[in-house]
Amino acid sequence: MSVTDEIYQDLILHHSRRPRHYGPLPDATHAAAGDNPLCGDRYEVRLRLDEKSIIRDAAFEGSGCAISKASASLMLDTVIGLSRDEFEELFRTFHALVSGETPSPEAVAQLGKLAALSGIWKYPARVKCAILCWHAVHSALAGQAHASSEEEFASNSL
Amino acid sequence: MPCWTAVFLLAMTNNSTSDVLLPATIREQFACLREGGSQPPLVYLDSASTALKPDGVIAALTDYYRNMPANIHRGLYPMSEAATAAFEAARATVQKFINARESREIIFTSGATDAINLVARGFGDGLRAGDEVLITGLEHHANIVPWQLLRERRGIVLRVVAMDAQGDVPLDAFRAALNGRTRLVAFTAISNALGTELPVAEMIESAHAVGATTVVDAAQAVACRRVDVQKWNCDFLAFSGHKLFGPTGIGVLYAREALLQAMPPVKGGGDMILSVTFERTTYNELPHKFEAGTPPIAQAIGLGVATEWVTALGFDQIEAHERVLVDAALKQLEALPGVQIIGRPGKRRSIISFTLDGIHPHDVGTILGEDGVAIRAGHHCAQPAMEHFGIPATIRASFSVYNTLADVKALIVGLRRVQEIML
Ligand SMILES: Cc1ncc(COP(=O)(O)O)c(C=O)c1O
Repeated sequence: MSVTDEIYQDLILHHSRRPRHYGPLPDATHAAAGDNPLCGDRYEVRLRLDEKSIIRDAAFEGSGCAISKASASLMLDTVIGLSRDEFEELFRTFHALVSGETPSPEAVAQLGKLAALSGIWKYPARVKCAILCWHAVHSALAGQAHASSEEEFASNSL
Repeated sequence: MPCWTAVFLLAMTNNSTSDVLLPATIREQFACLREGGSQPPLVYLDSASTALKPDGVIAALTDYYRNMPANIHRGLYPMSEAATAAFEAARATVQKFINARESREIIFTSGATDAINLVARGFGDGLRAGDEVLITGLEHHANIVPWQLLRERRGIVLRVVAMDAQGDVPLDAFRAALNGRTRLVAFTAISNALGTELPVAEMIESAHAVGATTVVDAAQAVACRRVDVQKWNCDFLAFSGHKLFGPTGIGVLYAREALLQAMPPVKGGGDMILSVTFERTTYNELPHKFEAGTPPIAQAIGLGVATEWVTALGFDQIEAHERVLVDAALKQLEALPGVQIIGRPGKRRSIISFTLDGIHPHDVGTILGEDGVAIRAGHHCAQPAMEHFGIPATIRASFSVYNTLADVKALIVGLRRVQEIML
């Protein structure tokens, strides 16, 4: 398996070159920044939740590597329509997948196209790129304005 | 001399660039560069992070652990005496390597970072609120953060002299930043992020003219040029063993003896004392006053061997070799569409930072890694320097004694493949 099979597949490259849900979200109800000071990746994630706390719309903006951008694009595609609990469930599954664990086939099925990022676990330095904007959505839903990949990965920094 | 001879000689020197390269047989001394060493073959362009270790250094570590694995400065039996002698011989080797006057001016630390922190504590804590510490915009975090911590402890003023658009620190700007309150000036001899070489001797002379004490971060310098603390006339100098083909976990703080005598110890423990009662402790003499606890014995011995190894290669040859490689790499990088060279210093050592249009450095690093090409991607622990150029990260290629023109070629071929995949 090569890096083009495991990471830089057409789907990922497509989403990194032309990310979906990219841009502002004027009627956002929740927002958070996600940044990874080690890579210099920096994103702003915005969500619009309805009165039942369902994510009705989502958008992101910022700059970073192909993996972080593609992951954000695919993730927002998937989370629109989910409740907060459903997002957290999906995040756990995705996190397990990119960390090299094998979630149940049903769980993976829920990830849909996001399963394309499953090969990332072989590149430990890049896992945090894949989950950066997930942390930002998590923070936004929790009412925090900021998420840093370094909080979780502080021990293997530098 | 008839003029045709001159022309002939000139022609010879001109097209004999390969003649100034060190023999490629050097590579035989590095396990991961040897035939069958790594798959795919390793193209190591990250020596500014850490240098590869020649067999001789690894053998020295093994020799200590196998044949004299005793503690030093305490045992009365032959094995301990042998270890003590080897450890102190390494100190003398390092002393010669940087041309210090006395071996007691060589303090073994765990690395350059540890050495700079020792200065910040031992010397810096003697400063007072309002005293100024001057650094440059090129510094590694290891030469920024200790001074910020000192600012918190002592209320000193930390001033930064900016680099210019090329990535140089102009001497006149540096001089303008000095004043009667400048107590300490700390700067890197060579920038690990851009490759800039600073005019060390001139900067030290100017700093001394206002009465400031000087710290040179020689972490990058020691492996690629002759470092002579007496010629530079610096007061402190810090470097790490691992960037000098030596082991990790060992570094050096050089300091003028008078400064070390005046400084209080920073760490307390065994070995740094002469006598201890609960009322009173008498500190050991130099250099032991600053080496509390069991030091990295094997690593110090390994560092001694590494410095002898580099010295035997010869810095004239090393400089010429790295010049050929860095010039070739610059030329070939510039010919590649989409490459932006970051920093155009007047004097560059064997480090090149660059970006590829439209591709994040980390994606470049991952893809090149698959080809066996090891480069560094990121901010290189010099975020302020990156900010100066308005970018979060660069791709950095650094060249050392074991690199060849084929490595330069492999980098360029690899970058083309990155562009094919990503663009
Ligand atoms: C210029 C410079 N200073 C200081 C350091 C810190 O060295 P160490 O991490 O070995 O303590 C480095 C290492 O990257 C460096 O390049």
